[in-house]
Amino acid sequence: MLRDLYYTAFEFVRTFGALQLFFLRLLIYTPAVLSRRFGLVIGQVHNAGALSLVIIVICGFFVGAVLGLQGFSNLSRFNAEDSVGAVAALALVKELGPVITALLFAGRAGTALSSEIGLMKATDQLSAMEMMAVNPIRRVVVPRFLGGVVAMPLLAAVFSMVGLLGAHLVCVSLLGVDVGSFWQQMQQSVEIADINEGIVKSVVFGIAASLLAVWEGYNAIPTAEGVGRATTRTVVLTAIVVLIFDFMITAVAI
Amino acid sequence: MDAVSDNLIEIHDLDYSFGARKIFNGLNLTIKRGQVTAIMGPSGTGKTTLLRLITRQIVPDHGVILVDGVDIATLNQTGLYELRKRFGVLFQNGALLTDLSVFENVAFPLREHTRLTNRLIRHVVLTKLHAVGLRGAADMMPQQLSGGMARRVALARAMVMDPDILIYDEPFVGLDPISMGVIVRLVRKMNDALGISSILVSHDVQEISTVADCSYLISKGKVAASGSPDELNRASSELVRQFMHGMADGPVAFHYDAPDYAEQLLGRDAE
Repeated sequence: MLRDLYYTAFEFVRTFGALQLFFLRLLIYTPAVLSRRFGLVIGQVHNAGALSLVIIVICGFFVGAVLGLQGFSNLSRFNAEDSVGAVAALALVKELGPVITALLFAGRAGTALSSEIGLMKATDQLSAMEMMAVNPIRRVVVPRFLGGVVAMPLLAAVFSMVGLLGAHLVCVSLLGVDVGSFWQQMQQSVEIADINEGIVKSVVFGIAASLLAVWEGYNAIPTAEGVGRATTRTVVLTAIVVLIFDFMITAVAI
Repeated sequence: MDAVSDNLIEIHDLDYSFGARKIFNGLNLTIKRGQVTAIMGPSGTGKTTLLRLITRQIVPDHGVILVDGVDIATLNQTGLYELRKRFGVLFQNGALLTDLSVFENVAFPLREHTRLTNRLIRHVVLTKLHAVGLRGAADMMPQQLSGGMARRVALARAMVMDPDILIYDEPFVGLDPISMGVIVRLVRKMNDALGISSILVSHDVQEISTVADCSYLISKGKVAASGSPDELNRASSELVRQFMHGMADGPVAFHYDAPDYAEQLLGRDAE
């Protein structure tokens, strides 16, 4: 029992250390990849970002709409329904935008990255590159990682923006909140520091989600079952890590 | 050419274990320059593992592997990649990059390692594809190819950099007789026309006999026999005869270790 615990702890520390070294390697290769393989990075920004737009836009719209509804019904108890724009904006920009985008990103782009890299490994494509004297981390992993890191904050921004439109539609067009107060209250209460907090979060979540996705894919056991497990782990780990980081960044920001 | 430089690859006293299983135990082997060398052996003897050791995708537990007199264990990554540029490897399943077309797959090493113009790359790639009979498939994606076609594209890719050493891992598995004949002749022709050396891992005794200059038969972690195909065919060792003539009975057991058959079916465990 104690021994199991020891091995589990040992394995955790070992994996965590290996993950950090892996991250370091990605960072070391980044300048060369950006200068010599920029086209690959752009392609991956398209894969991770543009192809995730549909899910981000739909979810962002409905999250914003629900925020509008909830905000309106709760605030109207205090006759403060004019502030609903401010409440929705703060919630979206600081919290829900980055967090929900990161979770959706893990489900849409993260799983795609893990399974793609895992399958490339399972079908010897990574070994084949090694044998052609091409470093698979540079050619395959780093462009995908960078693509995710660039795409995630952009997606979070789109999510928040579409969410505000959703809140606007529900509150102003359906529930009759005054359009002037909706935007004015928002402008007054959302400060640049709030937006910065949202940006910092989405960048950190983007790094974490992309790193975990490529790490799981690269270290997948090269079988059908192993790739499946790696994909699942990507989503589970990203969710946990993102929420822990969210708490930590919020604690620091406040 | 003196005797030393005649040996392209030398393997001395090689040990390698996979988990608890000992795959090689004191293996010694020499591959001569300019020849087609075949490495044969029953399934699971570690033929593919040997190729991975020669190209240092994995490292041995003990022993030395010399390529052109250089101990590959001493190379850093740059040195290793320089060495690998001299190898062309044909993987068992082709290992084509699934996000690139056939043309781009063959062009991949050229685009990575050379600064040739697109026009020149196109010429080289189409020439190589033509040699394997797939010039017409240049625009197809790997998913649209049959297993045999994928292998032929992989062969075109393996030779696109004009390597010194071509390594084939089970090149004949799953090919129809026509492609097989063409590939066998291609292996021989390329070896002689381009003055390269070829290493073939296979258990197709028939094809090996027609193409190889020298064969090694590996069993139980060691070289069990070596020589030209004719010599092996005439060998008196029971193991060699069993393998070369495909007999079920002999020193190599067809059955994996198992408890007694009758006991397992009818004994106490049966309930």
